[in-house]
Order: sequence, then C-alpha cells, then structure tokens
Amino acid sequence: MAIEAGLRFAETHEWVRVEGNVATIGISDFAVKELTDLTYVELPAIGKVLKAKQVFGVVESVKAASDLYAPVSGTVKSANGALESDLAVLSTDPYGQGWLIQIDLSAPAEVDALMDAATYAKFCEAESH
Amino acid sequence: MLQTALHSWHAARGAKLVDFAGWHMPVLYTSLVEEHQAVRQRVGLFDVSHMGRLRFTGSDAENFLQELLTTDCAQLAVGDVKYSLVCQESGGILDDVLLYRREQEWALVVNASNREKLLEWFETHRRGRDIGLIDETTTTGMIAVQGPQSVALMTALGASSVASLKYYTFTEVVVGNIPCVVSRTGYTGEDGFELTCPATQATWLWEQLMAAGAALGIAPCGLGARDTLRLEAAMPLYGHEMDETMDPFTAGLAFGVRLKKTMPFIGRAALEAVKAVPTTRRRVGLKLSGKRIPREKMTILSNGVSVGYVSSGTQSPTLGYPLAMGYVPAELASPGTIVQIEIRGSAEPAEVCPLPFYRRPS
Repeated sequence: MAIEAGLRFAETHEWVRVEGNVATIGISDFAVKELTDLTYVELPAIGKVLKAKQVFGVVESVKAASDLYAPVSGTVKSANGALESDLAVLSTDPYGQGWLIQIDLSAPAEVDALMDAATYAKFCEAESH
Repeated sequence: MLQTALHSWHAARGAKLVDFAGWHMPVLYTSLVEEHQAVRQRVGLFDVSHMGRLRFTGSDAENFLQELLTTDCAQLAVGDVKYSLVCQESGGILDDVLLYRREQEWALVVNASNREKLLEWFETHRRGRDIGLIDETTTTGMIAVQGPQSVALMTALGASSVASLKYYTFTEVVVGNIPCVVSRTGYTGEDGFELTCPATQATWLWEQLMAAGAALGIAPCGLGARDTLRLEAAMPLYGHEMDETMDPFTAGLAFGVRLKKTMPFIGRAALEAVKAVPTTRRRVGLKLSGKRIPREKMTILSNGVSVGYVSSGTQSPTLGYPLAMGYVPAELASPGTIVQIEIRGSAEPAEVCPLPFYRRPS
C-alpha cells in the first residue's frame, strides 16, 4: 500500500493536497485496492459548493457503488475528465494522474483536522484487521 | 463466524474475506473481473463448502421429501440431481435446493443463509417418522470446478470418467487420491462439476486441483465472481430473486415445480391457484447503455411511475455493459420494452431483454 508523504487524509480514504488556496482531492491507494474492479467515477459539476463530509461523487466497482466524501469545504474548480475514458490511473497513480477534483478552499483550517500520512498509515493498518 | 475447511488457504492467499450468511468467505482474491474471465475462458475453483449439505436416510425419506419439495422425487433415478423449491403453505419460497438421489438415501444442497431455517422446518415436519437427517455441512467440504477446461482438469487428476457424466447427474469417483461425490452442476453458466469430499481432505483436494490446473490457467474464485457469473446466466439467488413472499411461478421457476405429482406437498393448493390465475409480476432481464450500474432494491419506473424493483444488478464483465434482473408488471415484460431504473436520483433508460444474458457457446 502506497501512502504519499505531505498529503492529508480523511477517515473515508480521500486525500488532499493543498497548494495556496486550492485543494486537490483524490482517493488513496488503500481505497482503490479495497474497492477493486472499478468501472466508473461520477464527479460534481464545476462551481458546486461542497461542505466537508458531504458526498461529492460516487465510485462504482463491479461489486458496489461507494460514495466519495469531501474532506474539506470549498467550491469545485475542476474535475478530472480524463477518468471518463481511463480509470486505470486510479490504480497506477492514485496521488497523481488519478486525482478527482480541485476545489477553492472556503475553510482552509479544516485541513489541520485531517490525518497526516503516518497517522493514516496506522489507520489503514487497523482497518485491514 | 463459521469457517470452511479451506479458510486458512484463502487467508494465506490474501483473499478478501467477508461475512456471508454467517461464514467467513472469500469475496475475491485479486480481481473479481479476472476471476470471472478465468471461469468463462478457462477454469476456476470455488470453495462452496458454506452451502448446506443434508443427508436423509430411512424408509420414510422419499415420502417425506415428496411432502416438503415441489419437485417430483419419484422422477429421479439413482445418480440424478434435480432443482427444487421448498415452499410454505402460502406458496412462498423457503429455499431453492438441489436434490441428489443415492441408492438408499437422498441428499439436499441448500443455501447457507437458509440452512438453520430449513433444519427447523424439516424437524417440525418429521413427526416421528423413520427418517435420519444428518447435517454434513461441517464434516464435508464442497468445491466447484467451473469453466470450459473443467473436464481437462478432472482428467489431469485421473477422473476422466466424469467427461461422460450428463448434466444434472452425479457419480462417486476418485479425484487425485481422494474419493469424491462429483455432480455435473454449477452456478456460473459454464460446464463444470461440484465435488464433495470429507472436510479433512478438502484442502488437499483443492491444492491438487490448483496444481493440476496451473497449465490450464486456473484461478481461485470468490463469491464476487460467483455472483456476476450467475447473474449473466440469469440464475436466481435466494434473498434477491426470491424470498418467502415470492412464489415459484412469478419468479420464473416453474421448472422446479411438479403440481401433478401423486404425493401432496406443502404449498400445492396455493401454487395451483397461482398457476390458474398468475400474478401480475414477471422476472425480467434489463440492460442499460449508460455507465451507471443498477443495484438490488433500486426502483424501476415507467413514465415516471414506480412499477417494480431491481433484484440483482452489476456491470457485466463478459458483455461490458450494466445489467440487472428485476420484477415488473406483465404488460412491461416483453423484450424491447423500455423502462427506467432510478439510480441516485436519475432515471436511467433500461431495455427489457431475454434471459439469460449469457449462454455458453455449444
């Protein structure tokens, strides 16, 4: 399981990378491996206002649909359209090309409440037992 | 949680294990889709030891089973297997089962989720007759070998005689060095066999099958692939396509009912009434052209009005599009009819299509 240092993580397995006032959001390698056999990702429209912990999309696997939760609040600035045609990058590059959305943060302090990489690693360890 | 004899093999192989009907079972090993394709194209192995295996002995066993099953037990010759329902007086389905006729006794394979309920049901109806009822679920193991290379795999383990076994018959044969009961049955829509052996031998049998199957491209398969395979083949699953409120005719399972058998059976009066005046619902196949996947319990709409529900749905690994089975009014059950399925607030068009979705090349 790969966890990228410097990112922040939610208990629902989304990651956040903050650059200035913009947060890039994706799902962790752990989540992708747990879900397996992904078929489809549904992402929000540009301009949608999200509150932390609100559902912003859905990832479907052959087995089930799983909600995606906004780890922090903000307004959707862009969504990764490349995922429409190729979901493989979610497995091969979950913290890079497999990003899901970018938002303009409305409450940047919320980031501090998320787990750092080391804490998230322990969290995943506990969840897989 | 209950564990099959193969549990430690699954765990050692890194299978994702889940609670299924009280059993800790592998849902997948690495990829559901790869396991599914292995069965469609080559051969796959399933641990189905969680299925209930019951043995009936004694002079009253046949009459007893005639009273409790919807099929006509008298039609089975020794070595035959038959699909049947167990119904309540109301005609509601308690379980769907496979019945095996042996020389002096009978065997039933029942759903894991219904084993306890059926044991109680049988106990209640036994009423001091000369019947032995032995639950062999934990003392035996059951392995399904499924896929076009199934005969080749069995042959590689010295059981070439099963090549001539007819569909829905069984025999006793040594596989590897292990005496097994082998039936030509399965739950995938492919050719294949189900093997029952003593629980103490199950892991050794499985390991021999895996080793002999390596050259054939064998894969161990979990319950995830078992579900997508049976769904493509339109095989019903208890708790999805049927339950205690559903009768066999509405569920499209008339082939499991023999109303005219000489022995009366539980549910016959109710089923005769349903046959005379069919219910207004039908089980149908549905295929979708979008990317969203229909799931169990989603609402089926026609012109914006709720008309039915999805009983099972998935993304079909073989066909490459989303599909479902569900129940709709009879007037909407003709192939080609367009309905909608409500998926997360959006009404997705779905076309009624003939079942099964997938039929193996003959």
